[in-house]
Amino acid sequence: MDMNQYLDVFIDESNQHLTAINDHLLALEKEPDNLNLVHEIFRSAHTLKGMSATMGFEEVADLTHQMENVLDQVRNHQLAVTVPLLDVLFTCVDALEKLIEAAIEGHEADVDVNQVISALNQAAGKETAGEPSPENQSELTSNGVMQALDEYALTVIAQSQEAGFNLYYLKVTLDSNCLLKAARAYMVFRLLEEEGEVIQSYPSVQEIEEEQFDRTFEVIYISRQEAEPLKESVLKIAEIEQVELQPLSYDELKRVEKNDEGRASQQKGEKRETTQQKEQQQASSGGRTGMQRATKTIRVNIDRLDKLMNLFSELVIDRGRLDQIARALNHQELLETVEHMSRISSDLQDLILTMRMVPVEQVFNRFPKMVRSVARELGKEVELVMSGAETELDRTVIDEIGDPLVHLIRNAIDHGLETTEERVKAGKAAQGRVELKAYHSGNHVFIEIKDDGRGINRDKVIAKAIERGLVGEDQAASLTDQDVYNLLFASGFSTANNVSDLSGRGVGLDVVKNKIESLGGQVNVDSEPGQGTTFSIQLPLTLSIITALLVKVGDETYAIPLTSIIEAILVDKSEIRTVHGQKVLDFRGRVLPLIWLKSVFHVDQDNEEGNLLPVVVVRKGDKMAGLVVDQLFGQQDIVLKSMGRYLSQIFGISGATILGDGKVALIIDCNALIK
Amino acid sequence: MKKMVVFQLGAEEYCLDVDYVKSIERLLPITRVPNVAPFVKGVINLRGVVTPVIDLKLRLELPEEEITEQARMIIVEADDVEVGLIVDAANDVLDVDEKDIEPPPEVVGHASKEYIAGVVQHEKRLLIILDVLKVLSREALDYEPAVGMEQ
Repeated sequence: MDMNQYLDVFIDESNQHLTAINDHLLALEKEPDNLNLVHEIFRSAHTLKGMSATMGFEEVADLTHQMENVLDQVRNHQLAVTVPLLDVLFTCVDALEKLIEAAIEGHEADVDVNQVISALNQAAGKETAGEPSPENQSELTSNGVMQALDEYALTVIAQSQEAGFNLYYLKVTLDSNCLLKAARAYMVFRLLEEEGEVIQSYPSVQEIEEEQFDRTFEVIYISRQEAEPLKESVLKIAEIEQVELQPLSYDELKRVEKNDEGRASQQKGEKRETTQQKEQQQASSGGRTGMQRATKTIRVNIDRLDKLMNLFSELVIDRGRLDQIARALNHQELLETVEHMSRISSDLQDLILTMRMVPVEQVFNRFPKMVRSVARELGKEVELVMSGAETELDRTVIDEIGDPLVHLIRNAIDHGLETTEERVKAGKAAQGRVELKAYHSGNHVFIEIKDDGRGINRDKVIAKAIERGLVGEDQAASLTDQDVYNLLFASGFSTANNVSDLSGRGVGLDVVKNKIESLGGQVNVDSEPGQGTTFSIQLPLTLSIITALLVKVGDETYAIPLTSIIEAILVDKSEIRTVHGQKVLDFRGRVLPLIWLKSVFHVDQDNEEGNLLPVVVVRKGDKMAGLVVDQLFGQQDIVLKSMGRYLSQIFGISGATILGDGKVALIIDCNALIK
Repeated sequence: MKKMVVFQLGAEEYCLDVDYVKSIERLLPITRVPNVAPFVKGVINLRGVVTPVIDLKLRLELPEEEITEQARMIIVEADDVEVGLIVDAANDVLDVDEKDIEPPPEVVGHASKEYIAGVVQHEKRLLIILDVLKVLSREALDYEPAVGMEQ
């Protein structure tokens, strides 16, 4: 059987489980006594083990198995949750991430599993060196099926025994190479149901159907059949490795139950565990109904969505073309039809765009662990507060936004927050706080990274900027605070006196700024000395379709994104003045430098006629410029197209689009044009 | 045996490995892209995908000629880079025995030697094998744009 078809599912689910383990470990760190969390982690590790063993990823299975052993000790109160233990568990998760990634890509992982395993064993003490004996395990699990018996089942058992049925406990072990475990289990059940009745199974029938079991399952079964023939007929089913069959009596079952209760009342701890197990069962059944609801969604390969988007953009282009033709013909019915089509296609556009939206949670998920490790490395106490993780963004933006955010968060912990001693001295809480907040506003999504650290030191920034030659000493005094903060984004700037391991990676905030601007977004920084710093990122909801103003330069058509445009005006040539060799215009009391696109883009034709020049006033932050063009064409929805890797960096051009006539028009990058 | 697409540049016949070729197109309307190396003629709309096209003659440092009706665009893909190459004509596809391929001689026509992977003799025709990876290397694109702010 070809495993590749399951690989996608494996990738998805293993990532889900890793994230779950991670989240629960972080939560466990905060409340080490919460055994529920240990159960959750155990469950995820267990599922991972099962999945990876099925996929043949031995190392992953090994490691998760060892994790299970340790976690089992924790939940049996043989081991306390300590910081070193958590550290080891985090290391395990890291190793698992690497192993799974490597397994998916089909190469060897750069991880020494044995080392991680021995660290695990060390953390767990000597007891874990040997694996728990099989008897031990079977006792544990047989408790499982016994415990699962409820009052009703017991009554049924009692009655059937009176009616002369035999009562059995069956433990069925499937062959380790068995691929369709659920199918085999089903065959066993069908056989059993022919001759009697299955009172109870462990795991539950539903879990077995969903293959949520390892290799064994247990049932309590009543039948008129004798033990030996029963065992033989079960063993006849293919891929059954072992069948353990014990006759039971109702009294025995009762005794097991009483024993359980007796023990429970003696040992408070275990009592807690059983109730927790019940809670867990409830939680998992809740999760199942959740899954049932979730069956209304389907997984779609992202490539298909991209293709859909591509095809749709072809439609948008044709729509534009049809619109042109209809207007030229001035045919009433055609015009109406085109208008109707336009409306439908804009609905369709909205729909497709929302399909590509994913919650920013995907990116946020990895931050708690990162913050933890960065904080430990720097010896700082940091609390990360995240909100708005459900805010949705286009997938393309999500893919790109991770690195800049990682950088800003590291920056906040490294440079923003003071050391613990400094904080205490300043009368602040010893634990620093980094807030990560995402929210929606208009056509944009905002992500804020806020720390309650020392704030930006204006003098220090200026001193550094002068040293780096970014500003002249004479200019420095006249800079506004905002100007000073923006210096942080200048290339080659770093205020850290000692280059730390974390932030001194040769990438400065300028890289962050460039990345975000390339996504059509903006970064702003605000700071209050002694109170903290806030970085605010503004991102467009989607990158795929934008509204743009089409202009002609010579006989070439260019598109200017509407988001950069303040206004399009006609200017009389006599109004243009020259200041320091730069042609400028008085625009509402401000000096507006003029840029001739003809010369920026080396357009040969010279057809400047008349005295009126069309000028598009564009902005970048609070700076403005006027782009001189030959003709204004009106605005249109355009589909952003990349120019491919070959032409990735062209001065003044951010991308291309396809117009109604099928020709390519270039999109102007106003940010590059404004100095 | 290797399949090669044969094409014409001026008076000479060139060929390239068919594995690189995605399609061969008639001339499509080209949108000029400013501030790039002169051999980049611009971009085309190739069934919804914006694709750069380069004038192969200029790229190989051959003299520039008027692009005629017969000209074709060979769309090649290598290293995740997709580019259209403008050639004078794309004639046919040939099977070439790999052991017939010889290293490029010192002087082959006019094309700069660095873009040539070898030559092959095929029934009295001398075919020059194009080194597609070299032709598509982006180093040659480093072209200082003359910033056109009106000073």
